[in-house]
Amino acid sequence: MSIFEYNGSAIVAMVGKNCFAIASDRRLGVNLQTVATDFQRIFKIHDKLFVGLSGLGSDAQTLYQRLVFRHKLYQLREERDMKPETFASLVSAILYEKRFGPYFCQPVIAGLGNDDKPFICTMDFIGAKELAKDFVVAGSASESLYGACEALFKPDMEPDELSEVVSQALLASVDRDCLSGWGGHIYIVTPDEVREKILKGRMD
Amino acid sequence: MGDSQYSFSLTTFSPTGKLVQIEHALTAVGSGQTSLGIKAANGVVIATEKKLPSILVDESSVQKIQNLTPNIGVVYRLGILAAHGMGPDFRVLVRKSRKQTEQYHRLYKEPIPVTQLVRETAAVMQEFTQSGGVRPFGVSLLVAGFDDKGPQLYQVDPSGSYFSWKASAMGKNVSNAKTFLEKRYTDDMELDDAVHTAILTLKEGFEGQISGKNIEIGIIGADKQFRHALLVLTPAEIDDYLAEVE
Repeated sequence: MSIFEYNGSAIVAMVGKNCFAIASDRRLGVNLQTVATDFQRIFKIHDKLFVGLSGLGSDAQTLYQRLVFRHKLYQLREERDMKPETFASLVSAILYEKRFGPYFCQPVIAGLGNDDKPFICTMDFIGAKELAKDFVVAGSASESLYGACEALFKPDMEPDELSEVVSQALLASVDRDCLSGWGGHIYIVTPDEVREKILKGRMD
Repeated sequence: MGDSQYSFSLTTFSPTGKLVQIEHALTAVGSGQTSLGIKAANGVVIATEKKLPSILVDESSVQKIQNLTPNIGVVYRLGILAAHGMGPDFRVLVRKSRKQTEQYHRLYKEPIPVTQLVRETAAVMQEFTQSGGVRPFGVSLLVAGFDDKGPQLYQVDPSGSYFSWKASAMGKNVSNAKTFLEKRYTDDMELDDAVHTAILTLKEGFEGQISGKNIEIGIIGADKQFRHALLVLTPAEIDDYLAEVE
């Protein structure tokens, strides 16, 4: 039994045309017992940058607090928001700093960079980055998410279609995983707005 | 003489409210060889006199303009310039600043913005005005750089204060050089013009014949010729520019 699957999680980020979507399930469990059904795993860093933290729930919350802390200091010092690429390097460095006593989290980072070019990436719990052009997944449902995303992804989707595709991929995947589910939480991010949706799925 | 009894410790204020050691450091800078920098529309140029104590000194071994970021994989580089005087102090600052650029790069995987580097360097200089067992740095720095915000020119003083300039000079001929620069400077100046102006300004207060061997020029720009690089010109290149000015 892996510590990464103790609470259960499913996170996916997908790129569209000048936009991206990032979504997660809402379950927090202790092994097979469900404890909460409104658990937050996706966090806003700034208007165009989001991070999803899969894995151990407590570590996800601590890591999020540290990331916000570092980003706020950066904003004060440099008087600008962090670029997604820069933020990914920072997360990687923070995780590797704890190489021998790590956070049991696999982060997913999604943001709009210069010229609103979408950027997505994931990394393992010690900060080895994995960049992708299309989609990235993480969590106990990651295997089924890979399948669903590979089947449903199309390049250059508009926000509405992207929202539908990511929702369907997430809901289909969590049904094949005992440890994640209880609906979903999705953010669609375009250059001018952020759309947030709560999904209902098989609530059992 | 009233001040001198307070000169023993650089961290003790004199009754007039001054830190005399820092004033002394600024005086040391003010009497050094002339240096100047000009920010053009598409780049920055920094130039300095390089007067050597004897003709027997190998002039190629003295470098007052140094690159701060390494040659590989960066979009822009930073030039930094020892104003005058204390060569060894300058090298300490260069070493510390280079370390800072590397640390920033290790964390964020992108080159450090000029403002950030200047702030960090100034912080080091400030620390040396307040710590025990050390003295302030005997140099002022001109830092030239090019980043997302375009060309930038900063001056950092031994006290740790820093300023952003369109054009600045320091050293023996400050007032003359600054008046000259005020007359010549325009906001839309191109880099090549700036180099010419820099040479002419140096020439103003120069004792003896100016040549590629007794001045140093560093250029940083966005155009193809300089490719975002700080270029420390060779004596031959400087002579070419000198010929253009004549």
